[in-house]
Amino acid sequence: MSFINYASREINCKIVYYGPGLCGKTTNLQYIHRRTNPEQKGKLISLATETERTLFFDFLPIALGDIKGFKIRFHLYTVPGQVFYAASRKLILKGVDGVVFVADSQIERMESNMESIEDLSINLAEQGYDLEKLPYTIQYNKRDLPNIAPAEDMDNLLNPRRVPWFEGVAVTGKGVFETLKSVAKQVLFELKKNY
Amino acid sequence: MAMNGSDLVMYEEEFSRIDVELRKLHQQANAMVVFLVDKNGQLIASAGETHDIDTTSLASLTAGNIAATGGIARLLGEKEFTILFHEGEKDNIHISLIGQRVILVVIFDRRSSLGLVRLRVKKASEALVKIFEDITQKVDKEKGEGKLEESLFAEISDEDIDNLFK
Repeated sequence: MSFINYASREINCKIVYYGPGLCGKTTNLQYIHRRTNPEQKGKLISLATETERTLFFDFLPIALGDIKGFKIRFHLYTVPGQVFYAASRKLILKGVDGVVFVADSQIERMESNMESIEDLSINLAEQGYDLEKLPYTIQYNKRDLPNIAPAEDMDNLLNPRRVPWFEGVAVTGKGVFETLKSVAKQVLFELKKNY
Repeated sequence: MAMNGSDLVMYEEEFSRIDVELRKLHQQANAMVVFLVDKNGQLIASAGETHDIDTTSLASLTAGNIAATGGIARLLGEKEFTILFHEGEKDNIHISLIGQRVILVVIFDRRSSLGLVRLRVKKASEALVKIFEDITQKVDKEKGEGKLEESLFAEISDEDIDNLFK
């Protein structure tokens, strides 16, 4: 749910990073936070457990620039990936404008990827959103690991809608900004379309 | 601010009216900081000593807090818990849900009291609800007349969006 503020001349949008546990959602946000100019970003907030597993969400506000005198701001959120945090995941999807699905490329995680996309689709539907229509980008992460599935195979399995996708190595930043730009652009075009 | 499709819109006129209400509340409740947040975590307006506070993070966490509490409420068969209060050693925070849509946050210390804050928040809430109703009407009216489209998005071209990502 975008917030268009004529008083402060700002457009604010919300993007949620979704995916199975340990797929690299938080790592994506950490990399964006490290590589964004201080004046363009706010604090990275992580509500995590002592073992650095996301408990509720991570939050990072970033400014992308100006269009016609309006500041374009994005609020990036991650959900907790672990299965038993289902209730929290639903809350974070409220008011979402665009979704990034971070998939774990390791062959043994393919089932978790599929379960997580199914979970995403159901949780979105509960909030009145349709994964078939929402601005949406997929990242096939962890391409640096040995036991991974070919990206094309993953795409056939996980991306029936054929949305933009990128190969990623979030720890080194590969594909991280490409993914963000892709979804942010879709969000802005969607916003333009609706007005 | 109002629902427009699923998005929120805020105009300068109503923003000033909200600003006046928040300043009044800040003063009358003897509060340190007062701010208004959209349920999705976007900061709408604030009053008081905000320079030392990361208001963007605070807004997002407050909305997360309200969302989590709302989740608990539904598990218990309640519709919503409309007031949250956190007491600290020095500072306290009073959070209330207004008109199902926005969150009013008051941070105060020993110079004020929970009773005073509750009383003033109640009064301010009534005024704020009225302002939101006015904005909803305004958005509907402008949408009906096709003015909303002219105001911003008609000016933004596909190229402008592309340029942002170069």
